[in-house]
Amino acid sequence: MAETPLAARPPYSEPRQQHDAAMMGMYLFLGSEIMLFGGIFAVAAVIRILHPADIVESSRALHYLIGALNTGVLLTSSFFVASAVEATKGGRRRAGATWLAAAAVAGLVFLVVKGYEYGAEYREGLLPLPGADTQFRTAPQHLFMNLYVLATGLHAIHLLIGIVLLSVLAPCLAFGKVRLPDRGILIIAAALYWHLVDVIWVFIYPVFYLAR
Amino acid sequence: MKLSHPLLLVWVALMLLLVSTVVASQNLTGPFSLAVNLTIAFAKAALIYWFYMHLRQESGLARLAALAAGGWLAILFLFLSLDYVTR
Repeated sequence: MAETPLAARPPYSEPRQQHDAAMMGMYLFLGSEIMLFGGIFAVAAVIRILHPADIVESSRALHYLIGALNTGVLLTSSFFVASAVEATKGGRRRAGATWLAAAAVAGLVFLVVKGYEYGAEYREGLLPLPGADTQFRTAPQHLFMNLYVLATGLHAIHLLIGIVLLSVLAPCLAFGKVRLPDRGILIIAAALYWHLVDVIWVFIYPVFYLAR
Repeated sequence: MKLSHPLLLVWVALMLLLVSTVVASQNLTGPFSLAVNLTIAFAKAALIYWFYMHLRQESGLARLAALAAGGWLAILFLFLSLDYVTR
């Protein structure tokens, strides 16, 4: 159900061109995020090549089942967000907003579980935070855990931004502040960001938790 | 909230891949384990990009923009490995 006819804004000559430009801009921005995390994965690759036994031992100490649970939560949240976009494209505001809210809640569940996991690792002396009492057998294991905190922490910050984004957009969508269909691109772009944060975790999980 | 079946099917596939990566990591070791788990991660990422991130519906130019960073990273990893593996 289209509420207003789809019209292009200047400088675009037609709606499809405007859509393509928005999608390309978002994909390129996400590309810069991929490069940011790519640097972390590059370091992970190098320390794995140089110290395979140490890295496997460190990885075994992590709670891989909690990580699996969180991966499942994020993948499910991505399904919610994809459903929100589907509903938005169909002009179903309430359904779209509900799916967005569900995804934001799933994101919060992820952060709570991650917080619990950090707590457990802190007590086990695995978390290299300032003032923490850590016991690492070797320097590469200390490096691996530094990288783990950096990767998962940076990911958590990205997820938090996504949660804020969805929490703002859900009521805007529900109460008609997002004009459909032409401003539906807002929801699509936010969804793309959410999916990328999910994709990054999809790589963090095997690289850090499942090194064997 | 109407369920959209293709999206749901993708979610089921993603969950199966998650289970398989956990099972694989508990049964395999060394570079082979890493290769299997990374392949599964790429399969998950491909499903998300293709179906959830709309690459299926977008033009070739948009697909190129979306995947370019992956290409640059591949170059980074290629030369990084050439350096460290051959030392």
